[in-house]
Amino acid sequence: MIERSHHDMGGLPAGKVKRTEHAYDDWELRVDAMMMLLVGVVGGSKRMTVDELRKNIESLPPADYDKMGYYDRWVISLTQTMIQRGVITTDELARKLAQVEKRGQTPFSRRQQTRGG
Amino acid sequence: MTVEKMGSVPLYRSGDRVRVRKAAPLGHVRTPFYIRGHAGVVERYCGAFPNPEELAQQRDGLPAQPLYRVRFRQKDVWPGYRGGAADVIEIEIFQHWIEA
Amino acid sequence: MKDSGRYEPYSYFQLMEVSLRELLVEKGVVSEDAIAGAMAAMRARGPERGAAMVARAWLDPAYKARMLANGTDAAEELGFEVPGLRLIVVENAPDTHNVIVCTLCSCYPRMLLGIPPEWYKSRPYRSRVVREPRKVLAEFGLKVPAKVRIRVHDSNADMRYMVLPMRPAGTDGWSEERLAALVTRDSLIGVAVPVLPKKSKTRKS
Repeated sequence: MIERSHHDMGGLPAGKVKRTEHAYDDWELRVDAMMMLLVGVVGGSKRMTVDELRKNIESLPPADYDKMGYYDRWVISLTQTMIQRGVITTDELARKLAQVEKRGQTPFSRRQQTRGG
Repeated sequence: MTVEKMGSVPLYRSGDRVRVRKAAPLGHVRTPFYIRGHAGVVERYCGAFPNPEELAQQRDGLPAQPLYRVRFRQKDVWPGYRGGAADVIEIEIFQHWIEA
Repeated sequence: MKDSGRYEPYSYFQLMEVSLRELLVEKGVVSEDAIAGAMAAMRARGPERGAAMVARAWLDPAYKARMLANGTDAAEELGFEVPGLRLIVVENAPDTHNVIVCTLCSCYPRMLLGIPPEWYKSRPYRSRVVREPRKVLAEFGLKVPAKVRIRVHDSNADMRYMVLPMRPAGTDGWSEERLAALVTRDSLIGVAVPVLPKKSKTRKS
């Protein structure tokens, strides 16, 4: 129901806790690092607040929210925030995505598909 | 009273009994759905912080809002709670979510 | 997923990370050096820092009092840089057990303890530990007796939380380092308590 946001899950029924651990890949740590720099908590140029990151995560479609990994949600939300803030434009992003994809993989892409969680 | 009228002055102290407003607004909210409408006791005043509801919308969130830790009895919050009668849940509530 | 060669395709999210980073670097918003520095700093944060605080508190009642009054100052006192952290330490006692959650996302004292575990961010933990803490703790292997009060802390706003577990019996005369080694990340969250390692005949005290 629209009155209760999908992320606001305290008290709802759910299954057993799966005690998964996850050694973070470099790309995930880079997402974490970019977020820290962009909110200005570790120096860097403050371009956003963590509240905007959270708001954008909360706005993800529920099925995607559930399926995406933790840093998957972060990188999407972070990029959305940068577009909202006018740091990058949708067009710049589209061209860059195509450019990177065309360039092919680099060593740090040697990794399995990120798991949900 | 609106957020702006309240300003940053804390209205409550440890031990005060308070009730969380029951509302389902839109936007970014840090008062979880499960606690809205429930009554508890102020455990401590945490200080005043910019309003996250406003920060999320690229606004400055000022005046800073007083934030409290409020303690609720679990048996008051959850129908049919099956833990101990003394079990509590403690959560941070912004002053503008406390019923005047 | 089997490696079909030396490299595998980017996921959409990995592609996004590379693209965002390159755009931000091109525009001078961040630098690769700053990113590498922030990554190194995060790798250096971990539960051993919380464990050090706990061990100090077990040995020094004045430090413990300071830690319970202001967790951030107590962390800084031990030399841990924790920018922006507002830490509240909550104390376990014979009649009270504390457990921490963030139902809305995954707030955690990251600047002290590093990145939280996957399960802490998962739907089952976030949904259920506020409503049925004893059952969830039992799933973690921790049975909390009925006469012990459970305090669940939902870190939904600006404060962050760490549990000060009780010092286990049988640790008299232990060094601070040896005590700290007993304090696991899970005991700082409240889904476990410190336990003595199993005795062996050759163990020195």
